[in-house]
Amino acid sequence: MAQTVLHTASSRGLADHGWLKSHQTFSFSGYFNPERVQFGALRVLNDDEVQGGRGFGEHPHDNMEIISIALEGTLQHKDSMGNVATIETGEIQVMSAGTGMYHTEYNKNEGEPVKFLQIWVFPNKRNVAPRYDQVKIGTPAGPNQLVQILSPDPDDAGVWIYQDAWFNLGKLEKDSAVDYTFHRKNNGAYIFVISGQVQVNGQQLDTRDGYGIWDADGFTITAGTAAEVLIMEVPMEL
Amino acid sequence: MEILVIGTNPPILATVLRLLNTNLSWKATGVSTPEEALKKCRELNYQVFLIGAGLTEAEEAELSAQIKEIHPGIHIIPHYGGGSGLLFAEIYLALGTTNQAQ
Repeated sequence: MAQTVLHTASSRGLADHGWLKSHQTFSFSGYFNPERVQFGALRVLNDDEVQGGRGFGEHPHDNMEIISIALEGTLQHKDSMGNVATIETGEIQVMSAGTGMYHTEYNKNEGEPVKFLQIWVFPNKRNVAPRYDQVKIGTPAGPNQLVQILSPDPDDAGVWIYQDAWFNLGKLEKDSAVDYTFHRKNNGAYIFVISGQVQVNGQQLDTRDGYGIWDADGFTITAGTAAEVLIMEVPMEL
Repeated sequence: MEILVIGTNPPILATVLRLLNTNLSWKATGVSTPEEALKKCRELNYQVFLIGAGLTEAEEAELSAQIKEIHPGIHIIPHYGGGSGLLFAEIYLALGTTNQAQ
């Protein structure tokens, strides 16, 4: 029988630094809740808003797969591997931090906040060589269909990471439905509602709610309004 | 509480030590090789051993076993993420405490 967990938007941690508002689904930095640490290999899901002209100064990462998805605005990235890039709405960025790297993230557009999701997934291999990639999110094959934006396979659609994880984005019209089937038996999926209202196997979800489901073969998402969802399929055991 | 941290990336190790030592009831010491780690463990009774980036899987396993022999009650924690995001949660969870002041 399917196991599930519901994290409503309002139950998330909030770090408000003025220039940064970060809603944190799982324990992160100053927010610690032992009941909310991870969903399988999914360790961080931060819903961040950075004010114009501000950003994250140089800081380190290691041994983590770090994915950023821009929702609104643009974010400039510079790292110790020599990459300088701007991530814009409709793009996904990935870093395998491995043995260690440094980077900065900055919103250089004064007066225009940038909103993005910062997602960390535990790697299935520690101490790999650090790497960076960024791609435009593809177009769905048809209306109300999912677009794969991440997988473990460098030759598959979207970016790839060192983990048996698959991420999909879906833009759904009101009253449409989409089925999702797990790629691996022991994986679970964490569904994050970027906008709108949906039901997942009958569970009502509103904007920015999160819903985990595992011990299942798949699930169905039905849109009660026009909606956008992010599905993160990850191993439930590390 | 005495915390020993190993990591082969000096700037990241320095960042982790700085963050840990912001907690006035913790004292974190850093090393960059397994040999240094074992030497420190023989000198002092550490409660937590944090494994940072840079060791091979075999080195991590062998060093963890050797340190457990010296301090059977030590909490050995593989550290992920590099900076402050997960660091404190990793330690609170390993210690089984929800009191962030401890």
